[in-house]
Amino acid sequence: MPTQILMPALSPTMTEGNLAKWLVAEGDTIESGDVIAEIETDKATMEVEAVDDGVIGKILVAEGSENVPVNDVIAILVEDGEDSAVIPSPSETRINSVEKSKISPQSVRDDNKENLEATNRDILYAQGVIFEPPAFDEASFTETINQSVRDALRDAMSEEMRADDRVYLMGEEVAEYQGAYKVSQGMLDEFGARRVIDTPITEHGFAGMAVGSAMNGLKPIVEFMTWNFGMQAIDHIINSAAKTLYMAGGQLGCPIVFRGANGAASRVGAQHSQCFASWYAHVPGLKVVAPWSGADAKGLLKAAIRDPNPIIFLENELLYGEKFDVPVSDDFEIPIGRAKIERAGADVTIVAFSIMVGKALKVAQELAEQGIDAEVINLRTIRPLDRYTILESVKKTNRIVSVEEGWAFAGIGAEIAALCGEHAFDYMDAPLVRVCGADVPMPYAANLENLALPKPKDIINAVRKVCYVD
Amino acid sequence: MSPPKSKKKTAVKKTGQPSLEELRKLYYEMLMIRRFEEKSGQLYGMGLIGGFCHLYIGQEAVVTGINSVQKPQDTVVTSYRDHAHMLACGMDANGIMAELTGRIDGYSRGKGGSMHMFSREKGFFGGNGIVGAGVAIGAGLGFGHKYSGDGGVAIAYMGDGASNQGQVGECYNMAALWDLPVLFVIENNQYAMGTSATRHAAGQLYRRGEGYGIPGEQVDGMDVFAVQTAAKQALDYARSGNGPYILEVMTYRYRGHSMSDPAKYRTKEEVSTMKEDRDPIANVKNMLQERGIDEAELKVVDKEIKAIVAEAAKFAQESPEPSEHELWTDILVESV
Repeated sequence: MPTQILMPALSPTMTEGNLAKWLVAEGDTIESGDVIAEIETDKATMEVEAVDDGVIGKILVAEGSENVPVNDVIAILVEDGEDSAVIPSPSETRINSVEKSKISPQSVRDDNKENLEATNRDILYAQGVIFEPPAFDEASFTETINQSVRDALRDAMSEEMRADDRVYLMGEEVAEYQGAYKVSQGMLDEFGARRVIDTPITEHGFAGMAVGSAMNGLKPIVEFMTWNFGMQAIDHIINSAAKTLYMAGGQLGCPIVFRGANGAASRVGAQHSQCFASWYAHVPGLKVVAPWSGADAKGLLKAAIRDPNPIIFLENELLYGEKFDVPVSDDFEIPIGRAKIERAGADVTIVAFSIMVGKALKVAQELAEQGIDAEVINLRTIRPLDRYTILESVKKTNRIVSVEEGWAFAGIGAEIAALCGEHAFDYMDAPLVRVCGADVPMPYAANLENLALPKPKDIINAVRKVCYVD
Repeated sequence: MSPPKSKKKTAVKKTGQPSLEELRKLYYEMLMIRRFEEKSGQLYGMGLIGGFCHLYIGQEAVVTGINSVQKPQDTVVTSYRDHAHMLACGMDANGIMAELTGRIDGYSRGKGGSMHMFSREKGFFGGNGIVGAGVAIGAGLGFGHKYSGDGGVAIAYMGDGASNQGQVGECYNMAALWDLPVLFVIENNQYAMGTSATRHAAGQLYRRGEGYGIPGEQVDGMDVFAVQTAAKQALDYARSGNGPYILEVMTYRYRGHSMSDPAKYRTKEEVSTMKEDRDPIANVKNMLQERGIDEAELKVVDKEIKAIVAEAAKFAQESPEPSEHELWTDILVESV
């Protein structure tokens, strides 16, 4: 049977090209791999190789022809002794395979996965649907101990490592040094060097290795001494961890927790003082968690380790030493994707996460003295954001202020403002006001650093602004 | 066991001729890769495969030789020039081709494409579109083997270009420090896209592990038996708890870096010399003929392979595109 040789596309964007030169003539015998022609694309002159063996029966497009459309028949290949006399014209034989495939009768096929109704939370979230957060009866965990955020984090890791041998901790100074911030104190003693692993200072490499080990069946916890150094590893976090499940059509995921101190500490300068919440919250395929209290730290970290997805866990150095009442139960797991109303109020909603939750709560007390009853929402999870709780609150209070340490531009506050604009516009009595870090690299000088960070007074001013008090 | 010093070229020990069965198998596997890649190139030309498409033609002996001495529990990760590695580890030609055409029956349901296919079942962990990233993932696969004690070795393929990435050095260090069972394979096809190795790499790539105590070896990648012999030794070394090993396999790609690369940075003579004098498939074909296999029998093999590849191409065109619902699935492992 004669085989058609088609004008090939030789780049992702090529639709036509010039047939510069034939390197074979009618009657020539060719083998697959032989160069048969040269074609000029918009970018270069390319050689065309034969894919099949045979004899060139007829050349249909002469060399020197310009603007030959991709998939036009340019020659006919025959087997030895075959007749190539009856050959249709190029225009009749043009094949547009992509178009053909689109109208394939098989386009609709029966497949459980494809017929899945969009009831899944992750799908709804991706589609921007507002739904109630996962249920959680926090009040049922009555037995608590007073402990530091640092110890709550350690207990969360230790409990999960006791329960599952696949879980291990890796990072700089996590083992013998007991953690750069002493978060992993005692863990080397309990779990040994196989599961608590000191790494060289090579974030890019060990983050990639941890991802590979997660693909190979383990459940790594990767500690970045601070998230500033996690930037070395951001390619693996996003391109390797976050995207693999999708790129693999669901076949292969990456259960991993990346955790460490995020945001400003104190007088450590621009390279060590940055909030990465909005960076990672931007990426589908990641979950981003930012605890404030000891209970947050423990319950969310346990949930993160149990979660089959890549989790960004943003801690805060200044909170490590703060003490809170923390539930002791092994089952205390705070669902990711659920915010917490830390203080109910009627007049204004203050949305905050991490260290700013504490500031917002203090401010709320002060505001109460001024006659303003503020509701304070602790986001706990940045992505998937608990849109429902925010919107229900703002529908009640009609006024909202967002508080974050990071920069305003494309920040978490900007996202919340958009959320309210899209879904609660008619309930809003004032535009959302953002309280953010100053739009500058963090300065070292004490007075300038103080100016760069959100202060209680900034929150009060913002609340008074949305309440039209001044 | 003290690590062997880096050495250039393994002297292929003539411990006896490969069996005829072995010759036939290697010939079949290499020819399958070549015909599959030629067909991919053709489908790309027809607009059925989009975006990037990097062909392995010329390099067939590398993955075929290494795969021939792997164990089932071993794992593999490579870069974007990955179709051959998938075929070698036993992934289905239909599923690979259907992924190339972006259809629902592809390994990634059409959502990955040429560079992003995986098979946990076959121990294949990608395809990776970020140069060098697969090396760290490979070291992590090796970490997993050691942690779980399953006796597997991770094989991390990279190109000569990738070997310059910082994370490769980071992973050499950690793999050596922790005695991870990893075989690092540098497929040196002489060009990092259009930049020749002489212009992009200082020193010898197989010696870059020396400072970490990783033995390295350079081997002729156009000779499938040389690759096989070196890989067997290297895998034994890594599997026995000695830590990682570096194999630099000297090979050549006949086609451009990707489909749209006219490869003007090298001479036609250079390409044709490799094709005519060093072709890995022609070499094995000659050996088969010397052992009395005639042209007619080889034609039958070729026909059989062409039929499989043609069927894959047909399957890949007939499989439907993913339904619109697929846009929203597999972002996260579903939490219900």
